[in-house]
Amino acid sequence: MTPEELLELARRRCEAAEVFVVESDETPVLFEANRLKALNTRQTTGIALRVIKDGRIGFASTTAMNEAAELLNMALDVAPFGAEARFEMPTQNGLTSVDLYDPATEALPTEDMIELGQSMIDAVRHHTPELQCEGSVRKATQTVRVLNSSGNDASYSRTTFSLSLEGTLVRGTDMLFVGDSDASCQPITDASRIVETTVRQLELAKDFAQPTSGQLPVIFSPRGAAGAIVGPLTIAFSGRTVWQGASPVGNRLGQETYDRRFSFWDDPTVPWRLGSRPIDGEGVPSRCLPLVENGVVANFLYDLQTAGLAAAKSTGSGGRALASPPTISSSCLVFSGGDASLDDMVAEVKNGLLVEQLMGAGQGNVLGGDFAGNVLLGYRIENGKVTGRVKDTMVAGNVHEALKEVAAFGNELRWVGGSLHVPPIYFARLSVSSKG
Amino acid sequence: MRDIMEAALRGHNADYIEIRVDDTDATRIIYRGRELEDIGRNRSFGGCVRALVSGGWGFVSFNDLDGLRDKVTLAVSQARLVGHEKSQLAEVPPVVDIVAPGIVNDPRNVPLAAKKRLMDEYNDIICSTPKIQTSNVVYGESDKRVIFANSRGSYIKQERIDVICRLSATARVDGDVQQASFSLGALNDFSFVESLHDQAREAAEKAVAMVSAPTAKGGAYTVILDPILAGVFTHEAFGHLSESDFVYENPQMQELMVLGKQFGGSHLNIVDGASVPGLRGSYRYDDEGTPAQKTYLIQEGVLVGRLHSQETAGKMGERPTGNARAIDYRFPPIVRMTNTYIEPGEATLEDLLEGVDEGIYVKNWYGGTTSMEMFTFSAGEAYMIRNGRVEGLLRPVVLTGNLFTTLANLDAIGNDIEFNQGGGCGKAGQMPLPVSNGSPHIRIRECVVGGR
Repeated sequence: MTPEELLELARRRCEAAEVFVVESDETPVLFEANRLKALNTRQTTGIALRVIKDGRIGFASTTAMNEAAELLNMALDVAPFGAEARFEMPTQNGLTSVDLYDPATEALPTEDMIELGQSMIDAVRHHTPELQCEGSVRKATQTVRVLNSSGNDASYSRTTFSLSLEGTLVRGTDMLFVGDSDASCQPITDASRIVETTVRQLELAKDFAQPTSGQLPVIFSPRGAAGAIVGPLTIAFSGRTVWQGASPVGNRLGQETYDRRFSFWDDPTVPWRLGSRPIDGEGVPSRCLPLVENGVVANFLYDLQTAGLAAAKSTGSGGRALASPPTISSSCLVFSGGDASLDDMVAEVKNGLLVEQLMGAGQGNVLGGDFAGNVLLGYRIENGKVTGRVKDTMVAGNVHEALKEVAAFGNELRWVGGSLHVPPIYFARLSVSSKG
Repeated sequence: MRDIMEAALRGHNADYIEIRVDDTDATRIIYRGRELEDIGRNRSFGGCVRALVSGGWGFVSFNDLDGLRDKVTLAVSQARLVGHEKSQLAEVPPVVDIVAPGIVNDPRNVPLAAKKRLMDEYNDIICSTPKIQTSNVVYGESDKRVIFANSRGSYIKQERIDVICRLSATARVDGDVQQASFSLGALNDFSFVESLHDQAREAAEKAVAMVSAPTAKGGAYTVILDPILAGVFTHEAFGHLSESDFVYENPQMQELMVLGKQFGGSHLNIVDGASVPGLRGSYRYDDEGTPAQKTYLIQEGVLVGRLHSQETAGKMGERPTGNARAIDYRFPPIVRMTNTYIEPGEATLEDLLEGVDEGIYVKNWYGGTTSMEMFTFSAGEAYMIRNGRVEGLLRPVVLTGNLFTTLANLDAIGNDIEFNQGGGCGKAGQMPLPVSNGSPHIRIRECVVGGR
């Protein structure tokens, strides 16, 4: 049964219907213990149906494509118990133009991916021969189609290419974890940025520094900042959290809430980024949406149903996975930078930390804005210089408090995980706890 | 199906090949606040082929079983491109078996209306508590049928029904938001879902109480963990390090994790085993067809075992332990935990508290993660201990530590045991895998608690 036939069948028995189809083809090349270990091929096809029947939402999905007809019965089974629909299916209103598909990614031979991964591992081990490396080079093509009973029928394809390296150095009972990753819709042919970052980490972590405790200055690298602040911010700016009254900034719309130098946007239109999309998972065209402008809370993210509940408009933020109905999700989160270089920031700190990665920062009261994590990779700063690696140390704070007054935003912004564009951030005081 | 799978496996030039096909029916009900957020059904059907040639692996996954033999050929050719050494796979005798799920109380026989009514009741208890801002009530069930065949002649059919329920309450006073929750689960048994009214009430009351509770001052404390959180500790702090895929090709790790090494006091015994019946991590055969076992990891404080797949066991010259698991057909099996627990000791809770002048009693879990050496996990509830007595409620805390010093600092083990069945484990993108973990109350000296 084709998606059109399923939609037609559903339309005849329901007030409204929407069919979502996703197809993907992924080829991961995996390295373990410093050498090529496995080649994988993953083909996935799935179809989901959302219906509105007697004013209520029913949802079902399947990966058994030859039994797609059964989907309508499954969705109708649950619809009598479903949520009241507060939206109408969007009509045909086009796609925002975004560069996401590069045939060069699809065409890249496996042999080239193997060579890229092996050369990356060899280069890092040239610096530290006893480093044990795992790595991956992946390419994928995904095609998404959303069609509904209001006549909207939109689809797009995205290629992705990603490269990652994780090095482990075990000395006695001490373990050091280094590495980096990079991702784009276009092929990455040069692993030198990952190699350079990893080598720099190995250099900075060569010596141990004395642990330190107290309310101290903490500088986060872009990767460190992404791990600590993005989770709590995403929840706080979700229209669903706001509508429930659970967002710490839900009543701050239009008010100055953060440091005036702080701005961030949800931008699905950045070319060649993994979070970008021409439409969201409900077929609503994408647009760039400021969430915080110069410290002022500007907007929250909405999907169709939440917008209906909250008397707001969809911001095109209906994120989608096959097995669940649309939920609010960000696309690319783009943060404003500042004018300080990382070296300038470090030079200013008498006693503090430079954090590249917090482990477990997403546990605890994320909804309230809290983050607390063990410094997986971070260094002590003493008198303006990095003096070595710290361990057994926790950094804790509250995102909404900490962003009220920021010592400096850095000018070396980086893409983290393919969909977050983040500067280094320097907080004047965060709680640092350690033994000793 | 057996004929198709066996025909597809025949006549390839590979050291080992397996095919796995799984078919899952899932139902879920999700409330956020007063609003039902999602009620839906999913069917997930797909298969995969994994092949080993000269130490290299090829893996192909798909939703469409047509042309299965071609998919085997593709996996074999991928493996051949990778492999440049000798394949070392532990020998496991072929098994032909059909395993019935051993159902206690079948959730498939409970009408959707009845399930929704229960969730309505729990959500209503939470939402009608004063000062509660919102809730998150989740019910999920999945009925998974897996067929496995390999080139050694194994053919195994297994079925399991996982049931989970999560009750979470969020309180808000002014800008201050606090959350309390319970995560529960069971294998092949709906019964626990029917009587969670008290837990719903407790979650709501805890969340409200936390808003006015003080925050712990960060630093190193003597901490006492309740059985649920101690189970999470066992899983995060030690369990992951016993997974031998982190060890088998790393000479430095092999030195660190050498069998016979002292890790803790003679009172410490840690076990993992899928053959321990009736728990979320229980099964008869793992996803390589190896029979489930019960493995002592630490006995009387000494490292005596580790968790294996056929490859890690083969390379290390140890016995496979039946711990190779895949979350579904999209992934190859990797070394995972099953039911991981500390065996009970002698002490009562009063014994543990005795002599603790200033400490923290932590209960229930929120999450946890590990880097092998370092672990962090967060407690759902925390209380100050002063002069051997449990005193006022604190805001939830995050605990962190170094595995090697922390196991040595685990100085007392209680005489009770409980299992945490509400969690799912994540590793290498495969999440949430059903596992359980358990422990008696335990006491750890000098544990770092994050605070402000």
